[in-house]
Amino acid sequence: MSQVRAEWPLYEVFVRGKRGLNHVHVGSLHAADDQMALRHARDVYTRRNEGVSIWVVRSSDITASSPDEKDPLFAPSGDKVYRHPTFYDIPDDVPHM
Amino acid sequence: MTAVDDATPGTDPELVASFETTISHHDRIEPRDWMPEGYRRTLVRQIAQHAHSEIIGMQPEGNWLIRAPSLRRKAILLAKVQDEAGHGLYLYSATETLGVSRKQLTEMLISGAQKYSSIFNYPTPSYADVGTIGWLVDGAAICNQVPLCRTSYGPYGRAMIRICKEESFHQRQGYELLMTMMRGTDEQRAMVQESVDRFWWPSLMMFGPSDADSPNTEQSMQWGIKRHTNDELRQRFVDMTVPQAEALGVTLPDPDLRWNEERQAHDFGEIDWDEFWTVVKGGGPCNAQRVAHRKRAWDDGAWVREAASAFAERNAS
Repeated sequence: MSQVRAEWPLYEVFVRGKRGLNHVHVGSLHAADDQMALRHARDVYTRRNEGVSIWVVRSSDITASSPDEKDPLFAPSGDKVYRHPTFYDIPDDVPHM
Repeated sequence: MTAVDDATPGTDPELVASFETTISHHDRIEPRDWMPEGYRRTLVRQIAQHAHSEIIGMQPEGNWLIRAPSLRRKAILLAKVQDEAGHGLYLYSATETLGVSRKQLTEMLISGAQKYSSIFNYPTPSYADVGTIGWLVDGAAICNQVPLCRTSYGPYGRAMIRICKEESFHQRQGYELLMTMMRGTDEQRAMVQESVDRFWWPSLMMFGPSDADSPNTEQSMQWGIKRHTNDELRQRFVDMTVPQAEALGVTLPDPDLRWNEERQAHDFGEIDWDEFWTVVKGGGPCNAQRVAHRKRAWDDGAWVREAASAFAERNAS
């Protein structure tokens, strides 16, 4: 038996559940190329009408934040409580706020 | 907590503390988080075994695909076997997030370095077995799997949520198949009873060794990987199944099976643990056949995988 070349690359799969919703990450799979990844994604992740649209992207093409830098990366939003509507005291009798 | 045992010299104590805080808050651990080596190893073993079970689990029922008695039954069985393949793939993906490759996993299954559920080493000589597997084997799997939806490792829990949604179809199609046969001839009813007689005890064995002989359980529960002990889940399965057997009109082959008013649970007989360990260690009726079949499929598919890679390479250049 001849040696199988390197493993098929890993793809991440995103599915839009229905019109009006975002694509959401549902899992991953291996495929030789983009078209095969799309077909496999259909078979593996949408056997029961789970989606109306699929995105596949090679895992190696995704840039992710590192868990180690969690605090420094997200700190700027943590200390800006004034970005939230609940920061502001409005009397209860003011309507439609 | 005991995760500290795994901390190799030089492990940042802050990382260990952060891991343990996440676990104690019942939050999820995600792939790129630091985790103790023992936690990672336990997960790889458990998720891979689960994935292999789904893949090998296609064989006993696949046996009946070309012999299903009607187009309706064949379409249902095809969908079910396809689901098992899908479940295997969800779980392999989850395992791969722990740094093991798909190829390694397949090789560990074929070499016997990793196990799969002992239930799939029993033969399916009767068509009624398709129904019994759906009812009892998938029923036991559901008992095991529902609590795993809340397991501490994120990718495993998410895979289990998808799987549990689909398992309900598996169990119901099996029970309906058996109900149909029970409404048929005496011969068909006898087929159902004979099948239940063969699968009852192996189904109870699916929950693994008794708690006294399950050294990994305590640590797995501390890590939030498992949520219940083997014996707790086995008891839950028995209590769920007894009324289903009554409704179906079959007898479960255990003379010691009876309701215990005091415990508000069923007492049941002792599992043949010698048989359990024999099958786990490779001596079951179909162990060799199952792995040989998987190996053949893997070897015979090599040229397809190579051709697809070559095609992709040529198109990319």
